[in-house]
Amino acid sequence: MRTAFLAALFELAKHDERIMFITGDLGYTVVEPFMNELPKQFLNAGVAEQNMTGMAVGLALSGKIVFTYSIANFPTLRCLEHIRNDVCYHHANVKIVAVGGGFAYGAMGASHHATEELGIMRLLPGITVMAPGDPVEAVHATRAVVEQSGPFYLRLGKAGEPTVHQGDIDFKIGRAIQLRDGKDITLISTGSLLHTAVNVTEQLAAQGISSRLLSMHTLKPLDNDAILSAARQTRAIVTLEEHSILGGLGGAVAEVLAEADEVHVPFRRIGLPPVFSPHIGSQSYMLEKHELDAASLVKTIGKFLAKAN
Amino acid sequence: MNILMDLPLSELAFRIRRHCVVMANRANSSHIGSSLSIADILAVLYGRILQVDPSQPAWADRDRFILSKGHACAALYAVLAERGFYPTSNLDTYYQDGTKFAGHTMHNIPGVEFSAGSLGHGLPVATGMALAAKRDGKAYRIFCMLSDGECDEGSVWESALFAPHHKLDDLIVIIDYNKIQSLGRVEEVIDLKPLAEKWRSFGWATSEINGHDFGEIEESLSKLPHEPGRPSCVIAHTIKGKGVSYMEDKLLWHYRAPRGQDFEIAMAELENNK
Repeated sequence: MRTAFLAALFELAKHDERIMFITGDLGYTVVEPFMNELPKQFLNAGVAEQNMTGMAVGLALSGKIVFTYSIANFPTLRCLEHIRNDVCYHHANVKIVAVGGGFAYGAMGASHHATEELGIMRLLPGITVMAPGDPVEAVHATRAVVEQSGPFYLRLGKAGEPTVHQGDIDFKIGRAIQLRDGKDITLISTGSLLHTAVNVTEQLAAQGISSRLLSMHTLKPLDNDAILSAARQTRAIVTLEEHSILGGLGGAVAEVLAEADEVHVPFRRIGLPPVFSPHIGSQSYMLEKHELDAASLVKTIGKFLAKAN
Repeated sequence: MNILMDLPLSELAFRIRRHCVVMANRANSSHIGSSLSIADILAVLYGRILQVDPSQPAWADRDRFILSKGHACAALYAVLAERGFYPTSNLDTYYQDGTKFAGHTMHNIPGVEFSAGSLGHGLPVATGMALAAKRDGKAYRIFCMLSDGECDEGSVWESALFAPHHKLDDLIVIIDYNKIQSLGRVEEVIDLKPLAEKWRSFGWATSEINGHDFGEIEESLSKLPHEPGRPSCVIAHTIKGKGVSYMEDKLLWHYRAPRGQDFEIAMAELENNK
C-alpha cells in the first residue's frame, strides 16, 4: 500500500508542482525517486513532527498541496495539537499520511502500534479521515485527496497487502464500496483488514451464511446511507477494524445506528480492546492473538449470529 | 509596492497602547502587560517595515507577520486598525460576546495571518512560509514574534534547527524578551540565558536591541537579513507593561485588567508621555 501510494503521488507530483512531500526522516529505499527527481517538491523535515506539521501549514497557506509522511503514530499523535490548531482550524491543504496502521509494526512494540489514531483524528473538526483497504483503493485515495482541498488523514498499511479489487473501482470520498452482497449479515471493514474480510465472507458462504461486504475506506464523512441500507436490507451488522473498538469504525457506525429511526439490527463491533496489547509480534501474529484473523472472525461472527437470531 | 505610514512612530505606538488599555478595560481581559511590551515594535513594523496593503490583505507578495504570542493580540488588532485594515470601532468588540476579535489572534480578521494561542505554533508555520517563498523565488519576508516564555516550547527549537540548515534568510524571528512569563520571572521559571548565544549557536544571525527604542528597532529591522544565507533573530529587550508605570515589570499585569482608578491613571500617563 505504501509503494502504491508513493508511486501514485510521484506521478501526480510530476504534473503538479504545487504538490510537496515532507517526510519525518522516514522512508529509506522508498522515497528516493521523489527526492532525486523532484527535489524542489521534496523535503526531509528531520525527526521533528511538530515543525513538520506547522511547516506544512505554512507551505499550504502559500499555495502548496502538502503531504506529511511518517510511520505509526508519529505524524498524528506526536503533533496532535499542531494538526488541530494549525492544519484543521486554518483549513490548510495538508494531507497527513501514516504508514503502518494497526499492527503493521507489531514487533516494534507498543510505541509503534497505531491502534487509536483513527478515532482521535476523527474527532478533529474539518478533517477527512481515510483508511483504504488495499493498494487499489490507496491509489484512488491519493488522487482524490490531491483533487479535494483541505485537511486529510490517510492511514496506510505497510507493504505487501494483497490486492483485493481486481479491475477498476468506483471510488468516491465518503462512499463505501460494496464488494459482495448477501442477506444474513453485513461486514463493514476499514483499512487493510479488507482482504481478511473477503476471506471471511467466503468461509461464511461455505457455511450457508450469505453476507454483504462493504469497504469503508472513508471514516469521516461516514457513508450513513450504506450503513442504513445494510441495517434495513440485511439481518445483522459487524464492523471490522485493526483499531480500538472505541471511536473508530465501530464507534462511528454505532453512532449512526443508535440514532437511526426504525432500525433495530443486531450489531457488533469487532476490533481491538481499548488496552495496550500485551503481545509483540508480526502483524499476522498480532491479528491472530487478537482474534482478527479469518478463522477467528468466522467463529466470532457465527456465535454472534447464533445469539442474535 | 511601498506602503508606509506618515504617522510619527511615537504617535502610532501611543495609539496602540491607548487602544490596548481601553480594550482590556472594557473586556476585563488579561495580557495587557504582554500587549504593551510589543507596542513599539509593532509600530515600527507596521509603520515602516512591512510591505502590506490594507486594501488587499491577501496580496500574494505581501510580507507576512505572525504573532506567535497570540495572547498579545490586542496590540496587533490595534495596529491593524490604525493601519487601515478595518475601522478602529471594530476594536470595541474585542473579547465581547459574538465578536470576531477573540483573546488570541484570529486568522479570519483582515491582516491577521495566523490563529495562535497555544505557544510554539507560529514559528513552524512561519518557517513553512519562508520555505515556500524561497523555493518559489519570492522576495517577501516572514516575520514571527515570539514571547520569551514561548521559548520553553520544544517546537520553537525544532524550527530553530531547521531554518538555518535550509538557509531561510527571509525568515525573521523577533523575541519579546520582557523577562516575565506566566508564573514568574523567566530566570526563575526556566532561565533562557544566554539567549542570544543559543540562537547564534543554532545558526541564526542574531542581534540584541532595546525594544522600546524606535531608532534601534528600525535600524535592526531595516538590515535584513542580518547576514545573507541565514535567518535573522532580533532579541528585543522589553519591559512588560511598558508605558504605564504601575504595570511595568510586574507579573500581576499579565492577568489583571485596568479598571476604575487604575484605568484613569493609565490613560493619563499614556497621554502625558506621548
